[in-house]
Amino acid sequence: MVENVKELLKAHEGLTREVYLDIENSSAVPKEVIDAMLPYYDQLAYGNPTLTHKPGWEAFETIMESTQKIAKFLGCGTLEEVNFTPGETEADNLALMGTAFSMKDQGKKIVISEIEPINVLHVADMLKKYGFTTTKIPVDGEGFINLEKLRESIDNETVLVSLSTVNHEIGTIQRIKEALQIVKDKNPRTIFHTDASDAYGKIQFNVKDLGVDLATVSSYKILGPRGMGALYVKEGVNVEKILEGQIGTQKLWPGVENTPLIVGFSKASELAFQNFNENVNHMRVLRDKLIDGIFQTVPEIRLNGPKGGKRVPDNVNISFLKCEGEALTIELSLKGVYVSSGSACTRRVLQPSHVLVAIGRKFDEAHGSLLMKVTRYHTEEDINYVLGVIPKAVERIRGITGSTGVE
Amino acid sequence: MIVSRMPLPYNPKVLELFRNPKNLGKMEDATVTAVAGNPLCGDMITFYLKINDQDIIEKASFESYGCAANIATSSIVTEMIRGMKLENAWKISWKSVAEAVGGLPSIKFHCGVLAVGALHRAIRKYYKNKGVSPNWLPQESTFEEKQALEEEELAKMLEKRVKAAEEK
Repeated sequence: MVENVKELLKAHEGLTREVYLDIENSSAVPKEVIDAMLPYYDQLAYGNPTLTHKPGWEAFETIMESTQKIAKFLGCGTLEEVNFTPGETEADNLALMGTAFSMKDQGKKIVISEIEPINVLHVADMLKKYGFTTTKIPVDGEGFINLEKLRESIDNETVLVSLSTVNHEIGTIQRIKEALQIVKDKNPRTIFHTDASDAYGKIQFNVKDLGVDLATVSSYKILGPRGMGALYVKEGVNVEKILEGQIGTQKLWPGVENTPLIVGFSKASELAFQNFNENVNHMRVLRDKLIDGIFQTVPEIRLNGPKGGKRVPDNVNISFLKCEGEALTIELSLKGVYVSSGSACTRRVLQPSHVLVAIGRKFDEAHGSLLMKVTRYHTEEDINYVLGVIPKAVERIRGITGSTGVE
Repeated sequence: MIVSRMPLPYNPKVLELFRNPKNLGKMEDATVTAVAGNPLCGDMITFYLKINDQDIIEKASFESYGCAANIATSSIVTEMIRGMKLENAWKISWKSVAEAVGGLPSIKFHCGVLAVGALHRAIRKYYKNKGVSPNWLPQESTFEEKQALEEEELAKMLEKRVKAAEEK
């Protein structure tokens, strides 16, 4: 099997340009971030931060300084509110399970939306085993949560609401403050969690201004290293830990702290917030150039998610009709453009992206979708290259489709 | 059940057929055409066969809405059956199709199954149109035909479910 992959890689030889737009699923780490991390592997702070020797104290100092920076960017009140976890998957698991377990005597109802990431959806489903029920709030055609349905769904038994600030697939910026108000008006004891992995570093996001109880942030989604994330837990909110083991500086996650990754996350945050407006404008310009360019050259397509200011600056998601997504991602890869698709083709479950289905896309529209995210490192030339490649790729795959499936 | 998500290590043969599919396109003078699958499920195949009066497939072509494996297996089937008597083409199994493309990742087996399902349908349709029923042609649907039908039924069910949700 590895032999096959080697052949596949060989088929990519001779590319003149490569543009990676699959930030949703992983990303390259910028040199500046790697440089910031490297000394912490072998030069300093490689000790356990809870132990009484120099490398241990260095680690403690390093972790606290990194925490301080991230706490400031998030708008936290105290450093204890930042809890590092090995990623946003773990932070979401901690938020949902940890809250459910600590609140189990007050009620068994959880409310999420139909378009939450799998990290939230599957945990909520899993909690059924422990007697919890989950209500999934529907969204409109652009991915905005039905706030009226949200209001109706909250009662005295509701212990937790989890709604993403920005949808990870279609970039919808939710009215989180309004949603939070609705929830707290009906039940002040309900804990409000938001997965802010796609908001942090990309839109104005401040936990104190918003007033949320819990918020998930992710390192790799802001071009930090993978394997690092954090859960903001507002002072006074009780979340139970979900793993047992040796607790160190992180009271909600046992195990030895990964100091280099924490440093990397903090450095990536610094870079995202340094010249924040400039970075975000750059992304927005490239996002719109990509969307407009594709719309000008490729017929029979649909933009998934809202336009303009209601859409996160980095997200592009387009459905190409009569064009199967997996085939399209391979065709684009062979031309040096790396993207992902909401197609179900890699699974036998025959279900394409649940987010696209929830906003009313037909299955074949969802199978033909591409998800792309731009960063501050992408250039106009990169986007021009992508815009040169996409129309030809779509045309070739549509040529294979021919009249199949056209009624 | 715990399932890991594997990458798709398509082999060079699949990649080659994906990049340069053989016998691609609609055939205007086809004796018979048949489809299998549904775009709602993300894969669908159309076969066009030109059959002479000795029941030999003179040429075959395809169109496919689907992934690289779907394209490759459809294309290879049209290669395999050219010049074949229908009785022999009928005997091609999805496993031999998978072998002919150098093997498929297990989650892509259904692409081979769908291609053979479409071929069986084309052969049945041909004899039905002709009003002949050769003794080697079984009355009962083959495994591949059943699988194709099952996928299409599933697509209909999904479509109904989506429509019901829209009306809610």
